[in-house]
Amino acid sequence: MIQLKVNGVEQSFSGEPEMPLLWYLRDILGLTGSKFGCGIGLCGACTVHVNGQATRSCVTVMRDAAGKEVTTIEGLEKDGLHPVQKAWMQINVPQCGYCQVGQMMQAAALLNSNKKPTDKQIDDAMSGNICRCGTYQRIRVAIKSAAEEMS
Amino acid sequence: MNGIENASRRRFLTGGIVAAGALVLGVHYYPKLAAGDELPHDTNADHATLNPSVYLGINPDGTVWIVAHRSEMGTTSRTTLPLVVADELDADWKRVKIEQALGDKRYGDQNTDGSHSIRSFYDVMREAGATARFMLTQAAAQQWSVPAAECETDLHVVVHRSSNRRAGYGELARAAAKLPVPKREELKLKPKSAWRYIGKGEVSYDLETLVTGKAIYGMDARLDGMVYASVERPPVLGGKVKSYDDKEPLKVAGVRQIVPIDPFQPPPAFQPLGGIAVIADNTWAAFQGRKKLNISWDNGPNETYNSDSYKNELRGTSHNPCKVVRNVGDADAVFAKGGKVHEADYYVPLLAHAAMEPLVALAEFKDGKATLWAPTQNPQAVQDIVSKELGISKEDVICHVTLLGGGFGRKSKPDYVAEAAVLSKKVGRPVKVVWTREDDIKFDYYNAVASMYLKAALGTNGKPTAWLQRSVFPPIPSIFDVNAVYGDPGHLQQGWTDIPYDLPNLRIENGPAKAHVRIGWLRSVANIYHAFGIQCFTDELAHAAGRDSLDYLLDLIGQPRTIDFKGVEYPNYGASMEAYPWETGRLRHVTEVVAEKSGWGKRKHSKGTGVGIAAHKSFLTYVATVVEVEVSDQGEVRIPRVDVALDAGLVVNPEATRAQFEGAAVFGTSVVRTGEITATKGVIDQSNFQDYPVARINEAPTQTNVYIVDSDAPPAGVGEPGVPPFIAAFCNAIFAATGKRVRDLPITKLGLS
Repeated sequence: MIQLKVNGVEQSFSGEPEMPLLWYLRDILGLTGSKFGCGIGLCGACTVHVNGQATRSCVTVMRDAAGKEVTTIEGLEKDGLHPVQKAWMQINVPQCGYCQVGQMMQAAALLNSNKKPTDKQIDDAMSGNICRCGTYQRIRVAIKSAAEEMS
Repeated sequence: MNGIENASRRRFLTGGIVAAGALVLGVHYYPKLAAGDELPHDTNADHATLNPSVYLGINPDGTVWIVAHRSEMGTTSRTTLPLVVADELDADWKRVKIEQALGDKRYGDQNTDGSHSIRSFYDVMREAGATARFMLTQAAAQQWSVPAAECETDLHVVVHRSSNRRAGYGELARAAAKLPVPKREELKLKPKSAWRYIGKGEVSYDLETLVTGKAIYGMDARLDGMVYASVERPPVLGGKVKSYDDKEPLKVAGVRQIVPIDPFQPPPAFQPLGGIAVIADNTWAAFQGRKKLNISWDNGPNETYNSDSYKNELRGTSHNPCKVVRNVGDADAVFAKGGKVHEADYYVPLLAHAAMEPLVALAEFKDGKATLWAPTQNPQAVQDIVSKELGISKEDVICHVTLLGGGFGRKSKPDYVAEAAVLSKKVGRPVKVVWTREDDIKFDYYNAVASMYLKAALGTNGKPTAWLQRSVFPPIPSIFDVNAVYGDPGHLQQGWTDIPYDLPNLRIENGPAKAHVRIGWLRSVANIYHAFGIQCFTDELAHAAGRDSLDYLLDLIGQPRTIDFKGVEYPNYGASMEAYPWETGRLRHVTEVVAEKSGWGKRKHSKGTGVGIAAHKSFLTYVATVVEVEVSDQGEVRIPRVDVALDAGLVVNPEATRAQFEGAAVFGTSVVRTGEITATKGVIDQSNFQDYPVARINEAPTQTNVYIVDSDAPPAGVGEPGVPPFIAAFCNAIFAATGKRVRDLPITKLGLS
């Protein structure tokens, strides 16, 4: 039995310990905000926070999530919207939107560790997250806007 | 399912709401529905008190329901078309609710491709809104006993100014519903000066659900009792299963069942590819079970397909006379005279769509009916193929359209939805088929590999006195007809037969190529390779003539004129030549605009930097692009700046349009940098983002500036037209920066490092 916390709620899982966290979140818990994009940690659509760190849930197996605190987009902000979500709306970032949950989780983690990232630091932190619609320049602007709101 | 309001029959066919006398009529030429008719696809709009159109309904509480009948994959069509209805209705956007249509021919075309949602439905949407506004105004006039001509509307209210009376749309809905629906000729459309939303735009109706993770894509669809499926498909197109292990997969925890799917009967069209499905309690278990299938395949005739030798075949074909598709003057006579000639081969490989949401569909076959939830660009094609595969009528195929995690043309082809339907029938439960990224890349309908040969005789001023161009590519019709080898007019028109230059001697040819994989539409389609060939060859000629690329390009475009396509089969993207003539002056204008905005010729470029320009019309929109690149000594390419000017006629939603052109630059970046699908012995070599990379934030253009030219011409496309000129301008910029000419995509072959 694997115990973990998801969005502040204690959960226990008795299935295959090799199951990736992504499929546990999506298929077992029904938290479908985190997306499946590549399955091998190359696109970032599945990004969640594990103990506060941006983590690719598609390559994080349940065994390794044991005892950890997992935060998904559904639990990113208890009330209302996180500054990153607000900035994403204000800058009108999403096109299809499919990758944006992963982008925002990555951006939120970046801003937790770096209050005022430069363009280069943003590119470094965000280069693991693919957006096929091509919203990158707006993502950069939105991260800076969120950084301002959070400061 | 809360992401998209989808109509559910059960929700509405209770309580006699249908019998309440709602007007259910088609605004345009769509079949009418009347009360008491079978309504398998009914919407909130259908059941609204005032319902003068299949697209629109108004309730006494003032809620306006607008039906989005085209799919949302990020272009904002689900918002922008309803915005046109709301404008003409003079409705308060805050009181509009959008619901997604099911697949249903009463809405007209629903195939959300070809960048024509606004073009084809702008008038239809305006008429829908104007019809309701007319009826509401009439109702108010009758209540107040004043002439309707004295009444006007003002944001969800009908007003009679001289008596200072006002009535809300909700209050008037019941009375308006009793009035006859006006004829089209009676409608008075708003003048441009009174537009509230058209030309100003709105953000996506779904914006908040998108940023909160509540949006429901196909990947997120769930039904009680559903099982998950993953399918091992024949690695070579047309292959068949010889044998497989049906025991080992069942030992994987969570795997329930192994189900074979029949191979397709050629041509493939939108049929499932066949193979073996693993049915499981969750997605991951299905993936794991699949690894144990140990299938032995009979690969069939396409096993001979190798991309390297195929490239040589195409090139060889292009070096010999081919089928003439357009001719002006006598190019051969000029070439025969000798003199200065410039020639080049251009090549673009197969390209995969790789939308961020891999293909996925959920199906429930029950009581002889199939209900589907799918991220599809084309729900009516879903109805067609599922009815064929299951042997049921189209009316018994109910296709809910979820949000799409990208489409780019792949999701117009519903083979993956048919797979889910077939499996649900076999399994007797709702089945969700989840494609892995590897499946998505290996079993695509690829943008065609193309080889082009271009040749020009150059006059004393460096201008071409004769021009020959041949393209050879396996055509899209090959998915419907195994014998199709020539380009069809619908794809030859895409930047090939419509070369915009004023040339005295011009011959355009197309050669045969047999397809060995499924070929399909991908964002801007044949324009990708055609614009690359022509616009880069133009840049070559400019350099050969020692002239500035911009000046030379403008010189070839020539003075403003309307291209005469007499004797050429030119479908004009399905639009009339009267409403949408090919006007070279508009191409010239966007070229001049982008040159000025980008500071062409005015900015200094240091070693390793350069700018390139290209101009191209596609999907009836004129676009010119300037790309600036920096290439380091190590061969790393950066794109600090892109400028793009476009004339798309009337632009309803400028903000969404800018976003489409920003995105097109990134899409084009992927094509140029790394876009290449190859096959060895008929098997696709690539599998995921490590070997089919797409542009990341640090590789994409840093800043794309979009300039929308003000135009009163009818609306044209915006989703696709940004891609082709970007690709050519980017390659021309690489030449300017490095002196290396890009003739083979992607640039990994160029040896920059």
